[in-house]
Amino acid sequence: MSDANASPAYLRTEMLPSAAPPRRQEGLLGWLRENLFSGWLNSLLTVLSLVIIWSLIRHFWPWFAHSVWRANSLAECRQIITQTWGEGATGACFAVIRVRWHQYIFGFYPRAEYWRPILTLGLLFIALAPVLFSVNANIRRWVLAGGGLLCMVLLAVTASPDWTVVLVWALFAAALLLAEYAPMRLLMVTALYPVLAVWLLWGGSPWYPFMLLMGFAVGYGVSALVPRGVSALTGIAVTVLWWIFLAAPAASLATLILPLHLPVVQSSVFGGFLLSVVIGVSAIVLSLPLGILLALARQSNMFIIYSLAVVFIEFIRGVPLITLLFVALVLLKYFLPPQTHFDLILRVIIMVTLFAAAYMAEVIRGGLAALPKGQYEAADSLGLNYWQAQRLIILPQALKISIPGIVGTFIGVFKDTTLVGLINLYDPLKGISDVVRSEFTWKGIYWEPFIFTGAIFFVICFSMSRYSMYLERRLSREHR
Amino acid sequence: MKTTVFLGAAAVSALIAGAGFAAEGDTLAQVKARGELLCGVNPGLVGFASPDANGNWSGFDISFCKAVAAAVLGDASKVKYIPLTGQTRFTGLASGEVDLLARNSTWTFSRDTDLKLDFIGVNYYDGQGFMVPKSLGVSSAKELDGATICIQTGTTTELNLADYFKANNMTYQPVNIDSNSEGEQQYLAGACDAYTTDASGLAATRAAFANPGDHVILPEIISKEPLGPAVRHGDSNWADIARWTLYALIAAEEYGVTSANIEELAKSSQNPEVQRLLGTTDDLGKMIGLDKDWAKRAIAASGNYGEIFAATIGEQTPIGLARGLNAQWTQGGLMYAMPFR
Repeated sequence: MSDANASPAYLRTEMLPSAAPPRRQEGLLGWLRENLFSGWLNSLLTVLSLVIIWSLIRHFWPWFAHSVWRANSLAECRQIITQTWGEGATGACFAVIRVRWHQYIFGFYPRAEYWRPILTLGLLFIALAPVLFSVNANIRRWVLAGGGLLCMVLLAVTASPDWTVVLVWALFAAALLLAEYAPMRLLMVTALYPVLAVWLLWGGSPWYPFMLLMGFAVGYGVSALVPRGVSALTGIAVTVLWWIFLAAPAASLATLILPLHLPVVQSSVFGGFLLSVVIGVSAIVLSLPLGILLALARQSNMFIIYSLAVVFIEFIRGVPLITLLFVALVLLKYFLPPQTHFDLILRVIIMVTLFAAAYMAEVIRGGLAALPKGQYEAADSLGLNYWQAQRLIILPQALKISIPGIVGTFIGVFKDTTLVGLINLYDPLKGISDVVRSEFTWKGIYWEPFIFTGAIFFVICFSMSRYSMYLERRLSREHR
Repeated sequence: MKTTVFLGAAAVSALIAGAGFAAEGDTLAQVKARGELLCGVNPGLVGFASPDANGNWSGFDISFCKAVAAAVLGDASKVKYIPLTGQTRFTGLASGEVDLLARNSTWTFSRDTDLKLDFIGVNYYDGQGFMVPKSLGVSSAKELDGATICIQTGTTTELNLADYFKANNMTYQPVNIDSNSEGEQQYLAGACDAYTTDASGLAATRAAFANPGDHVILPEIISKEPLGPAVRHGDSNWADIARWTLYALIAAEEYGVTSANIEELAKSSQNPEVQRLLGTTDDLGKMIGLDKDWAKRAIAASGNYGEIFAATIGEQTPIGLARGLNAQWTQGGLMYAMPFR
């Protein structure tokens, strides 16, 4: 006030360096304080949790630590445990996994043909990579390399013939090269995959499934030739006609020209994870499009389509999966002509697909309902027709919203495949375990198979869940 | 739309695949046309039906399937084993999924009549028993008043248990279990004082324990469980084939015909019954639509009844079941083959 121009006695011209936080709030100590001991209640809960974890470990650790991996029977396991750890010691007998793991993976699939499911799995990676990882080339590379490595390991442990190893090497090298330079070409594998998988797994001639697939191509081709108004109907009609009248002769003709043939493998020998994955993947892949159609139908203004969709969805959701599986097993047989051979696995896939599709439809309907009405109106005001609007505006947004629900349904479907154990198929969880236990050498084994199958289920389901999180991150637009 | 197209395609392909089926009701003709016997078996039961690490089936019931296949098709290996769970076994037979059910099923009135099965005989006389830990200090089922008992739900054993305790004016606490393996776990973990199931199952279970000596099987057998193969109602000739194949196995033991000496006896046996059985003199096979050597092949497949019993569940095996009721009638058991003439 006295002298405006007088300089103050002391003026700091630069910022102080920030001081270190108090010792108690940094480093490990700080982290512990903040996360585990931030109040008396939290401290109590932390201590309680630690006690529980400790007692669990103390209880189960010896059992794991005493695991026996090399033995030929449960009695031998017990003997080894007693010898090594003294009288009364308990231990896991993972030797059963060592001896019988191939049945948990392949069921009763003939041993000499193990390379076929393995190759099918490898091709699954190649077929899925361009679809699931269409944007990120780096992840695609890793997924392909990982798939290749997994196949190599499986081929090695199943002692498959050398030429199959060379084949898989060549296949994955080609796939990796294609993925680098022309990833869209890989979609060819994706399109052909159903035929390849059916042929490899069941054997016989590839031409009949190929000609069934060709039906779509023929139908599409014809629908492109005829006038727009009737193109869709004509396409469907041509496809069905092709299936009924021309697919079989065309397949025989193709067999004459190029007789590809693999030894036939009956559905009845499928088991273990092979069965679960075949049913799970088919049902997952088929139920998504079916679910989308059902969800759209349920939103439709057309009375019959709407009613049919509602009845179908509510009926399927009101019936337990087990009931549908029993229908597939028993009831269908009464309706079909005697001695009709309608493959049990195919019946189960159809039922599981219908079941999953109904749930999928509701999940996607949730996504559709979450979109603001403005989006529909915007699509209309652009002059888009129904399918254009759905494809370009509505579904991309609705599906993105529904991703967690969709993947949740996928995981549920995959885990539900173990229910087929109740209808005479050898699921990995119970069916194969019962088989293993039915031999006297392994009677009495209980937890070890559960742990083994549980671990594999966890890996697969966890991968699906991580993928859904990746997809959500990749598709999140609003926060950019 | 898509659904119907898919189903249509599936149905069409099924029809194409299923073209040329034999007339319904004639199981023998169907089996011969197929060249394979569809045998419904337990998905896995120690001693009775069990696939090994290579998927080869063996066991007491499996041997009967093989004998029938050998009699009908001339080759004991031409059997397709269809695993059937407890819930699906009878519908599986009724719907034509299998030709023959050899799945340790108890012959009861309602199953024989209401479920439209034809039990063709008894290949194992079983009965329900109890197993208790030795430390419980119980020596008779009559002392189990108030005990907790592990019992498999949805089986005849559950009903038998209730009947038995009611008849003896006792009470019990059931611990419901879903499968044999779960029952073993519960029992070993001390969730129940006693475990009850068929005596053959108890013996196998006890033999697989770490310390079998710590457990005793009580002497009381509280029910009759005659286990036998079954076929569908309405095809008596097929039922005859299955029935007489079983009798052939039992008779073979009675007359001392084994898989080892069968060729020799077929040539040189002076016993007229053996001669008829093995087709040396009369042609019995023709009367059931088979050839002369049907019984010979059936016996040669896995041996006579006694050999099958000894190889799969008998005292030399780890399961160690005594013949008991299943001995020949000449030895004080119930196995009695009707005469071959």
